[in-house]
Amino acid sequence: MQASTAPPVYNYRVVRQFTVMTVFWGIVGMFVGVWIAAQLAWPALNFDIPWLSFGRLRPLHTNGVIFAFGGCALIGTSLYVVQRTCHTTLAFPRLAGFVFWGYQAVLVLAVITLPMGLTSTKEYAELEWPIDILLAVVWVSYAIVFFATIAKRKTSHIYVANWFYGAFIITIAVLHIVNNLAIPVSLTKSYSLYSGTIDAMVQWWYGHNAVGFFLTAGFLGMMYYYVPVQAQRPVYSYRLSIVHFWALIGVYMWAGPHHLHYSSLPDWVQSVGMAFSIVLLAPSWGGMINGVMTLSGAWDKLRTDPIIRFLVVALSFYGMSTFEGPMMSIKTVNALSHNTDWTIGHVHAGALGWVAMITMGALYVMIPRLYGRKQMFSIGWINLHFWLSTVGTVLYIAAMWVSGIMQGLMWRAVNADGTLTYNFIQEMAERQPYYLVRLLGGILFFAGMVLMAINVYRTLRETRTASGADNLATGE
Amino acid sequence: MSGFWSGWVIVLVVGNLIFYGLLLLGNSRLTPEEASRDTTGHVFDGIEERNQPMPRWWLFLFIGTLLFSAVYLALYPGLGNFPGLLGWTSAGQWQEEVERAAEQSAPLFREYARIPIEEMRNHPEALAVGGRLFANHCAICHGSDARGARGYPNLTDQDWLYGGTPEDIRTSIAKGRQGTMMPMKALIGNTERDVRDMAIYVQSLSNENMRNNPGYADSIARAEPKFTMCAACHGADGTGNQVIGGPNLTDRIWLHSPRLADIEAIIRNGISSLMPPHEGVLTEEQIHVLTGYVYQLSQPQE
Repeated sequence: MQASTAPPVYNYRVVRQFTVMTVFWGIVGMFVGVWIAAQLAWPALNFDIPWLSFGRLRPLHTNGVIFAFGGCALIGTSLYVVQRTCHTTLAFPRLAGFVFWGYQAVLVLAVITLPMGLTSTKEYAELEWPIDILLAVVWVSYAIVFFATIAKRKTSHIYVANWFYGAFIITIAVLHIVNNLAIPVSLTKSYSLYSGTIDAMVQWWYGHNAVGFFLTAGFLGMMYYYVPVQAQRPVYSYRLSIVHFWALIGVYMWAGPHHLHYSSLPDWVQSVGMAFSIVLLAPSWGGMINGVMTLSGAWDKLRTDPIIRFLVVALSFYGMSTFEGPMMSIKTVNALSHNTDWTIGHVHAGALGWVAMITMGALYVMIPRLYGRKQMFSIGWINLHFWLSTVGTVLYIAAMWVSGIMQGLMWRAVNADGTLTYNFIQEMAERQPYYLVRLLGGILFFAGMVLMAINVYRTLRETRTASGADNLATGE
Repeated sequence: MSGFWSGWVIVLVVGNLIFYGLLLLGNSRLTPEEASRDTTGHVFDGIEERNQPMPRWWLFLFIGTLLFSAVYLALYPGLGNFPGLLGWTSAGQWQEEVERAAEQSAPLFREYARIPIEEMRNHPEALAVGGRLFANHCAICHGSDARGARGYPNLTDQDWLYGGTPEDIRTSIAKGRQGTMMPMKALIGNTERDVRDMAIYVQSLSNENMRNNPGYADSIARAEPKFTMCAACHGADGTGNQVIGGPNLTDRIWLHSPRLADIEAIIRNGISSLMPPHEGVLTEEQIHVLTGYVYQLSQPQE
């Protein structure tokens, strides 16, 4: 251990706030997801009420799980990790408090405005301009808190988790601001500054890098702290972490055009996007290798520690979806997969399998430490949660693979007379069974999240009452 | 794209690929000093980092994808204005596929083109092709059963906006139709009462009970003389005009809506409907088969 004087007093206030809200928004976002999955199987479930229609609830679901659940998890864990790995207390604690309340205000406004149908129509950037401005202010404040904490670190180097968190914070600020530039015409309506194909390209430059920096780099930062801490093993390769970090953040920037294959986007842009998407495979896998290999020498923990299971299975889903992504970016594959459920399956392999499961694992590591407990209220429940999540994810993505490939094949089937063999409604009717399996997968995953919420509640309650004295952590 | 921007793209793309290659080669081995120690010596909250080289298989995978990209960008468009050695374009690929499909189906359609529209119903094979063309191109508005929807005409009844002869139907499909009704409020008195009167009058044209109901007599009396404003398109007796697609208001078939409030809105604001032209999208022979299919939809079964 590094020679140091008395350990710093870490500021957990804002971390605790974000952690609790991660669980809360997880419940909200995933519930809406289950609801709209049920709507796709039984459309009448929108009850002919505009606020409950799929078109309005779908952005609520995506914003709810990505920015509310995922965002709270990233901000909360990053402010925990940056303190612990810099051996210093949080900079500007009052500004950090503003980051919490400001971010929650953005999320509450999203919950109100999206069902009202107020949207800028940009996928994953639906919020209208006044909320965008608030979010930009909150985000810059977050960056100030994070980087000021790094600046006053007591360690000579900056730990790799903080590079990833740092790249995530800076890039999301740039992406958010550039993609949301718009001309307001009223308080609730604006028009994008860009037009036509350029607007589409800016949108998917944003959209793909939201995947790359929010859902990948940010959560890799999380992985780089919680995996070695829980496994109690050193990170596998420092060299690999440097190389795959720079390669990942460099290559991701180019990959956006693969969302616009065979569109009015010029051919050369599509080709460049595809070429770099394929190059992206190795940098993405660098993180998986480093995470999984960190466990070498500690494999037995997979049998005994359900939290390690969460972390390792998350890395496996990460590896799987980052292989699937480059494959789907190949024009020939994309010609089949584009606009089908395969895309939905791919996204959820990443979102459920990687993002949500690494978050759950990290929270199970962190929550007892935040509240001075030795462990969560129930380890058995964590194990049950793990199986609910894993089975739910597998059901979900398997259903979408089958449904998506079926869709792609039915859409392109042609008769001898040159007409399409199936019309859209015939193809759609075939999807029903897969939508039911997907719904079942979603329900299982959501049930796991509810179980987690109860477990967290019981752990926190134990903290306040004397009854759980045997679970008190001793020392720092 | 100007030469400057083309060069800019080439330099950035090639420069980036080279950068990642150098990043890999420059880091492929540990220094002797690193190799001599298991960890880097940094400790962060108890976490240490090991001095392991990058896995070889991963390194080769990475270099392999870089080489793939280099070859791909040489063969296909990507480096600015350089079209690629294969001369491939997405538009060219599309054109090729369309031509191949057209070539394959041409003999079939040449045969169908000889069947007169009125006799198409006796050729189940041609009719099946027509049904598929309808499902692909028409069902999205007219419904998979061709019974239409609000604003989209039912094609299975005897009521035709633009005429139901084979030639009329063919023209509708090939050239499209544009139905426009201008806002009428100002022309019929410019008050909301005038709008309501006219809506009631229009409703009563197809509803004898309303016409005989003394409760509506005042409205109908006030509106009737003003209906001359509507006669240009809907005819003096309200039976419509197929030459310009003026709907018949005296039957019980409503293109948009039979509700009073909806009729008022159309009188107040006007409305416009569009059937897009399909020549260019479909070949002449395809339009012929489709015409035969649509024609038989409303013919009485033998």
